[in-house]
Amino acid sequence: MDKRTTEKEVVAELRDGMTIGIGGWGSRRKPMSIVREIIRSDLKDLTIVSYGGPDVGLLCATGKVKKVIYGFVSLDSIPLEPHFRIARQTASIEAVELDEGMFQWGLIAAAHRLPFLPTRAGLGSDIEKYNPDIKTVKSPYADGETFLAMPALDLDVALIHMNRGDERGNGQFLGPDFFFDDLYCYAAKRRFMSVEKIVPTKDLLNEGSFHTLKINRTMVDGVIEAPNGAHFTECPPDYNRDEAFQKAYAATAKDPDVWAEFKKTYLDTASEAEYQEAVKNR
Amino acid sequence: MSDYTRAQQCAVAIAEVFRGDGEILVSPIGNLPMLGARLAKLTFEPELMMTDGVAMLVDTCQPVGGAPGPEPVVEGYMPYRQIFELISNGKRHVMMGATQIDRYGNQNIACIGDFEKPKAQLLGMRGAPGNTINHTTSYWVPNQSAKVFVEKVDVASGVGYDSAEKLGNGARFHEIRNVVSNLGVFDFGGPDHAMRLVSTHTGVTVDDVVAAASFELVVDDVQETRAPTADELEVLKQLDPNGVASKEVPG
Repeated sequence: MDKRTTEKEVVAELRDGMTIGIGGWGSRRKPMSIVREIIRSDLKDLTIVSYGGPDVGLLCATGKVKKVIYGFVSLDSIPLEPHFRIARQTASIEAVELDEGMFQWGLIAAAHRLPFLPTRAGLGSDIEKYNPDIKTVKSPYADGETFLAMPALDLDVALIHMNRGDERGNGQFLGPDFFFDDLYCYAAKRRFMSVEKIVPTKDLLNEGSFHTLKINRTMVDGVIEAPNGAHFTECPPDYNRDEAFQKAYAATAKDPDVWAEFKKTYLDTASEAEYQEAVKNR
Repeated sequence: MSDYTRAQQCAVAIAEVFRGDGEILVSPIGNLPMLGARLAKLTFEPELMMTDGVAMLVDTCQPVGGAPGPEPVVEGYMPYRQIFELISNGKRHVMMGATQIDRYGNQNIACIGDFEKPKAQLLGMRGAPGNTINHTTSYWVPNQSAKVFVEKVDVASGVGYDSAEKLGNGARFHEIRNVVSNLGVFDFGGPDHAMRLVSTHTGVTVDDVVAAASFELVVDDVQETRAPTADELEVLKQLDPNGVASKEVPG
């Protein structure tokens, strides 16, 4: 089956109020071309589930978000995501702030179609105080220990970015860390993967060992070829983070005029191709 | 004048925090913690394991601040997923920062002010709740003041002893070993695991330390933090050729 699609077709499937999981980690291997297409759309009131980076900051700054479920939101080389900070400090979004490990546990629960998974992470911290919906559970065995019952992070849609893929939706990561992208796919009803390059299935093993074939086609409904699609986040070994661009992006949070200019130049573009052209011409 | 800097003495104090840890993963967050942990590994605690900050376990100790060092020797693979497993398994000692910390070791790196509408959003919870409930944790405070050593943290990300106490058996893996600041070294050996001043760095008085805390520190038998040995100073010069640590802690 040919699952090739485009950012526009993917975003046309999304609806206001959906819960969308975004793979990657911080400012690393984020499906930014799809995020940029969401920004071009009329979508609103989204719940974003993410080990957050500029995906979260940009979606907050462009008014797409109602709620963010996260363990952190960071640009890595710039520890605090400035647009996310503005969203938090003006209370323009609802925040569900979790421990990083709890967050993974929620994805695993959803991936395994379980309502929750027990964990010690979160106990004794203020996570319980700010998330009264998260309950505890007592071990039914002799130990009788009480755990935090991390609820499944069920997703309507998962968006991930891989280095390579084929047209049937097999995906390949070639960098140092896969993060949790498989879990987002398993946790979601609809799964879309952008890749740097679509190659014939028989050529996948020319790109990297079988260990790198971590996304199989049961996990993907649509695949988009998006060269430089993770820009300005890193996508090793294809490219590093565009630190100069990221720095300029971060600086836009300090001045509404600078933000307006950035938005006009890069986000109000008609298409991903136009965005990439604007990046090239800067 | 002593023949070592405050930053070098802090690095030694941090190294001491890892003494006896043996074959576990140390996760030092920040330049001074990295310097201290690498000093420990290169001197008295050679079995310590560390990552390169990306996804590899490296057996070599690189200099801090990006200075050139030995060719890294990779001994294993440690992506985030495996770190999370190792955290739950407990074979780890993390040294985190603390924007606020209270007398029982509750730590805040999440935000300042009201959680619903914070004055300043910081890092978020990150791994602090899971780290503190699962394995040994220490803290590094480069700029101790009454605003950092607070009566009550705005948000508890890292679990303190008072909260752990309420969990009973559920907190049996909880241990906050030490806090090292630019002024001194602390443990939680006071009544009900209250924070206790163990030693002050050279040139710092007990009064200086007490004045830089909003809560009452337990102060009884306070020593002077030990000086770096000549060998340690040599290792520290190799690990920090550009004096990155002195930018964080002057003097």
